[in-house]
Amino acid sequence: MMHRVEMLVNGTPHAASVEARVSLADFLRHALGLRGTHLGCEHGVCGACTVLVDGVSVRGCLMLAVQADGAIVETVEGLAGPDGRLSPLQEAFSAEHALQCGYCTPGMLMTLEELFRETPTPDEAEVREAISGNLCRCTGYQSIIRAAMRVADDNRRRAGGSDGAA
Amino acid sequence: MKPPPFEYVRAQSVDEALQALAGAAEPRLLAGGQSLLAMLNLRYVFPETLIDINDLHELAGIEASPGRVRIGAMTRQRRIETDAALAALAPTFPQALRLVGHRQTRNRGTLGGSLCHLDPAAELPTLALLHDATIEVAGPTGRRRLGAREFIAGYMTPGIGPDEMVTAMEFRPWAPGHGASFHEHARRHGDFAIASAGVLLEGDGDGRIRRAAICIGGLGATAQRLGAGEAALTGSRGEPEAVEAALESCGSLECLADFHGGPAFRLSVARTMLRRSLSAALEGMRRHGGGAA
Repeated sequence: MMHRVEMLVNGTPHAASVEARVSLADFLRHALGLRGTHLGCEHGVCGACTVLVDGVSVRGCLMLAVQADGAIVETVEGLAGPDGRLSPLQEAFSAEHALQCGYCTPGMLMTLEELFRETPTPDEAEVREAISGNLCRCTGYQSIIRAAMRVADDNRRRAGGSDGAA
Repeated sequence: MKPPPFEYVRAQSVDEALQALAGAAEPRLLAGGQSLLAMLNLRYVFPETLIDINDLHELAGIEASPGRVRIGAMTRQRRIETDAALAALAPTFPQALRLVGHRQTRNRGTLGGSLCHLDPAAELPTLALLHDATIEVAGPTGRRRLGAREFIAGYMTPGIGPDEMVTAMEFRPWAPGHGASFHEHARRHGDFAIASAGVLLEGDGDGRIRRAAICIGGLGATAQRLGAGEAALTGSRGEPEAVEAALESCGSLECLADFHGGPAFRLSVARTMLRRSLSAALEGMRRHGGGAA
């Protein structure tokens, strides 16, 4: 049996019919062609499929597409601006060589995106805890931590003036 | 797609979910899905019908007052982790919830899902047993309540019928200022723990332990209360001999071997977690004046 779903993905409304057993990650990739979201383990361990649903991070493999009916979904494709300009986090990943094969990167970025929205200036322990659910087999994580801390430092510097005024 | 096909029902009320449970062959309730969907993807389970209860917003929420804490079955683990009123009344909750999976799974995972999946190392059933919680269950004949000891019937087996569902958990928080601690050891952050230890200590205001609760998760088929350890501490001032006696009593626990190691290794991990939790809970009890009411 097919189920009708509607969702707002990176600001664009989509409607489609899906089988109930289709995961949100498969739906994004196959039905919508948004292949930035990667699938690694498909049982919730690796974090490659992390996307934001109604503003919070979820495993795209552990949520059904039918469950996202009516939801606001954000994927890695939505991070860069419409003109293709990278987000500050993506820029930092590039500058700090925070990726090699790139398979874990979409999940890392979406996980850190959630962290930075809540905590613009996290310390290193907070960054490490945030990405503890995302596996990377290339970088050894150090460059990912450096990239996140670069964004945190930039945010701190930018907030510096207003902090002093308070 | 990974799971075999199934019927999908999105219940709009507890009654609708119960009717679907009674009417379907091989049904499963879908709460947060952070274990069930993984098991479906791996084809460990293949229900004919999934009954999605994520629209049952009346089952989500936390009421925390000194006389009673009530947490709805569909409350997300992340919500439980970050609830300030709950943290003030029962500090073990934020301590333990931080160790449940990862942020991404806690955003979806629920209290009721974890209680009913009932993994022996899962933190929420361990907390339920530690706090002598009451589990509220809805079934075809109405709602009933059962104690955590009765609810935790066996290995991954909640003591409820196939036509019943958990709706909430309730417990009476310990006196303000009680000592509380939860420690666990896992090979990787977010993995199921090899062993965990939750401790609650209430003082008499004069440094003596009036009441103690100890619960060990992960070692046996279910979480286990350590009655002998609680008895060894009650009436003491938490002197080294009393702490050693409590640690010694871990020998009475059921301890299974798993791929992490044999019973001796896992028991030793449990003792170490209990030592840490006892030490932190004693410090907390002394610092806050003992939790005398």
